Amino acid sequence: MHTRTLAELSAALHAREVSSVELTRHFLQRIDSLQGGLNAFVTVTGDQALGQAAAADKALAAGEAGPLTGIPLVHKDIFCTAGVRTSCGSRMLDNFVAPYDAHVVERLAAAGMVMLGKANMDEFAMGSSNETSWYGPVRNPWDLDKVPGGSSGGSAAAVAARLAPAATGTDTGGSIRQPAALTGITGLKPTYGRVSRYGMIAFASSLDQAGTLTRTAEDAALMLAAMAGHDARDSTSVDEPVPDYQASLGDDLTRLRIGVPKEFFDDGLDPANADAVNAAIDAYRELGAEIVEVSLANVGLSVPTYYVVAPAECSSNLSRYDGVRFGYRAPDPVDLEDLYKRSRGVGFGAEVKRRIMTGTYVLSAGYYDAYYLKAQRVRQLIAEDFRRAFASVDLLVGPTTPTPAFALGAKTDDPVTMYLNDIYTIGVNLAGLPGMSVPCGLVDGLPVGLQIVGRHFDEAKLLNAAHRFQQATDWHQLAPGGDFA
Amino acid sequence: MQWETVIGLEIHAQLKTASKIFSSASTDFGAEPNTQACLVDLGYPGMLPVLNQEVVRMAIVFGLASHSSIAPRSIFARKNYFYPDLPKGYQISQFELPVVHDGWVDIILDDGGRKRVGITRAHLEEDAGKSLHEDFHGLSGIDLNRAGTPLLEIVSEPDMRSAREAVAYMKLIHQLVRYLDICDGNMQEGSLRCDANVSVRPFGRREFGTRAEIKNLNSFRFIERAINFEVERQIDILESGGSVVQETRLYDSAKDETRPMRSKEEANDYRYFPDPDLLPLEIDRGTVDAIRAGLPELPWDKQERFERDYGLSAYDASVLTASRDMADYFEAVAEGLADKKVAANWVMGDFSGALNKAGLDIRSSPVDAAALAGLLSRIEDGTISGKIAKQVFEAMWEGEGSADAIIEARGLKQITDSSAIQTVIDQVLVDNPGQLEQYRGGKDKLFGFFVGQVMKATRGQANPAEVNKLLKESLDG
Repeated sequence: MHTRTLAELSAALHAREVSSVELTRHFLQRIDSLQGGLNAFVTVTGDQALGQAAAADKALAAGEAGPLTGIPLVHKDIFCTAGVRTSCGSRMLDNFVAPYDAHVVERLAAAGMVMLGKANMDEFAMGSSNETSWYGPVRNPWDLDKVPGGSSGGSAAAVAARLAPAATGTDTGGSIRQPAALTGITGLKPTYGRVSRYGMIAFASSLDQAGTLTRTAEDAALMLAAMAGHDARDSTSVDEPVPDYQASLGDDLTRLRIGVPKEFFDDGLDPANADAVNAAIDAYRELGAEIVEVSLANVGLSVPTYYVVAPAECSSNLSRYDGVRFGYRAPDPVDLEDLYKRSRGVGFGAEVKRRIMTGTYVLSAGYYDAYYLKAQRVRQLIAEDFRRAFASVDLLVGPTTPTPAFALGAKTDDPVTMYLNDIYTIGVNLAGLPGMSVPCGLVDGLPVGLQIVGRHFDEAKLLNAAHRFQQATDWHQLAPGGDFA
Repeated sequence: MQWETVIGLEIHAQLKTASKIFSSASTDFGAEPNTQACLVDLGYPGMLPVLNQEVVRMAIVFGLASHSSIAPRSIFARKNYFYPDLPKGYQISQFELPVVHDGWVDIILDDGGRKRVGITRAHLEEDAGKSLHEDFHGLSGIDLNRAGTPLLEIVSEPDMRSAREAVAYMKLIHQLVRYLDICDGNMQEGSLRCDANVSVRPFGRREFGTRAEIKNLNSFRFIERAINFEVERQIDILESGGSVVQETRLYDSAKDETRPMRSKEEANDYRYFPDPDLLPLEIDRGTVDAIRAGLPELPWDKQERFERDYGLSAYDASVLTASRDMADYFEAVAEGLADKKVAANWVMGDFSGALNKAGLDIRSSPVDAAALAGLLSRIEDGTISGKIAKQVFEAMWEGEGSADAIIEARGLKQITDSSAIQTVIDQVLVDNPGQLEQYRGGKDKLFGFFVGQVMKATRGQANPAEVNKLLKESLDG
């Protein structure tokens, strides 16, 4: 049962071949027996899940069910869930229970999905390996000594290990696409503003976007349809119509122009990874798409730009964790300053502190123009590069990451090397564009991903191209071995 | 040496909206602590600000009334600092691009002259909560009801040259925001308060001296006293060869002095940057035009119209246009009367006196404009004299009914029938033969005595003009 995709499970539920309660029990049992080796979950909500499943079965019986009704999923622990702890992977929020659901949680619950639990993640979504979590690292089901990627590492590992058919994630600089690539699943980061950020704990507000981690593009389309749409509670949520993603999934690609940014095939790209991506590009050629080389001249500046903008925003966004109203509070403070220093000093981990300090520095008087303002200008240049490219092509494709999954601990002492893992994904966030990663091969037995990037609000074309690729190839059907198969 | 004072004010006006600037929580004053703060105000994780559009309208209204430009695009920025009553760790404000900029107002000086004061900018921001340091045994209490209350910060040019000018400017802004109905102007509750930037320089010098900023002045009296103290302090420093330090100071009204804030309180680097949770505020021409069309008559226009249309003095017109309620009341009273001056005198005199004595505002006056107009028209048509009218007004104030009802009930109608008055006069002359003889012997000032006798006999109800005329004829004839 757990080997099926979301779409297949949906058909099975509607055919009454299986009930949601049975399905939920099955996944809960898998979590129970396999979670220990993976550490993909921070919280498992078994009783609540069975309650939601029973309600879903009623809806199915009454003929009031939609395509997502009764399908189990896991939410990244960055989405607030009323009554269930939302830790954001941090000791700071280890005791935090929100009295509200995030928009994404609300929408997917309303669509009938069943929450199995909350997924582990890098602390406050700051990381590319899931090693910064207060709850310990998540392991990659393809090789337990390797990282699953981050920051949505728990979500990716859970879906890749078939502990859940689908998961939510967030992507600020690659946090959905990179772990999807490293665990051999499909990750979708929608256009900035496509999905409301209400109730989603902020890392870098101008970059954060909620999306999906699923086995296929078709599954992503089903979930995005439920998540997308305007929400008045988020001023940056855009009031754009939500198209029927399902309807255009199978469109043929003969008139599609696909651009390949030459800058993405640099020295940092593992040759075997490049071969896999080039093979995927050939597959598109065979599907009738026209392939053209394009240039994103400034995209090489993405990482330094991002590591000014994102820390600047996070240094401000994380000021609210002061030990006063919620979250970790240092015991017996002698005065206000002591309360602040010890609550934040103990509540936050090293990577979060590094970014808060970087962000505070780049916003400081005397440095603002040289760092923050300059980074904003470069961001405009990068966005302009993408805009120019999209004047002549419909989609861009390239590698999602430079290499397959790396060993746990391999990069933890060298933040810059770690940051470079997101070199191909970050520009997409800076430009606010939608991006996907789909499995496109194995390198040394580990999955790698093809990144597909579209125009603003053109998720339909993105999903269409990803789906056609998955019809033509079977990389997305490969599963990790052993118990996870 | 002769010193010149230079003052600029930063006025914080709390905008009169039902809900907060970025959340739907209520802005009512005086509720139990922390009962009017929602999850957005509390800075809960994942909560986002949504701009209250009414706040934008009010900023535009102020901008138009103060001859300012309205920015087609302005930006909300975060001002970052840690304080327990600032839940998010930053205040959302406007920094580089404010919604209103480059305007002016004219203030009236003590000598009746006018002076133009430039408005540098007015920007929107949220207020912080309150820290309460008493009653918690060495701890501090936090009340977040005020957190997120909308403020319009109005920054003037350094155009004022004395504490009196600063007060006149503050009074004008106080009057203006109430006219515009965008702020209740309640300075005691802090709805309108200001920071004063004060410096001195030798007369004739163009460069400004080093300024001190006096924080949080919440009455006209405190503004005047704080500035005067500060000016003296700075002059003393300069005249004894020292130099003024640029710093933030607090005014202690109990000691009537300013003193520096602890350096910690002002050592912040606020790290302003555009708030990524809010889009740029875009205002199109159509919106501005629609708001312009709906602007109320402004106080200075109303004052000019009162002088012109009602023939009032500049002073009377300014008193009667001090507030919109006062002006509306006066106009309603004056509407049906031929002599507008009588209406003006009554509204400024007996009516305002009675209000002050009772501690009431116009809206809760027991005598409404129609009732007062009813009384004054009885003076105008000769039914009662001005003197009797005061008596009737008092009865009206006590709730005894309309002017007509009171005149009727108390039999206060003026006697204008000349034969009736003549009869009384004849009797008075018969009763006072000695005085009559003296008067006719040349003691003219006894005329007043006879008038008094006639009025006494008619219990004050005889028409005074008629009495004068008939008495003159009887005595001299």
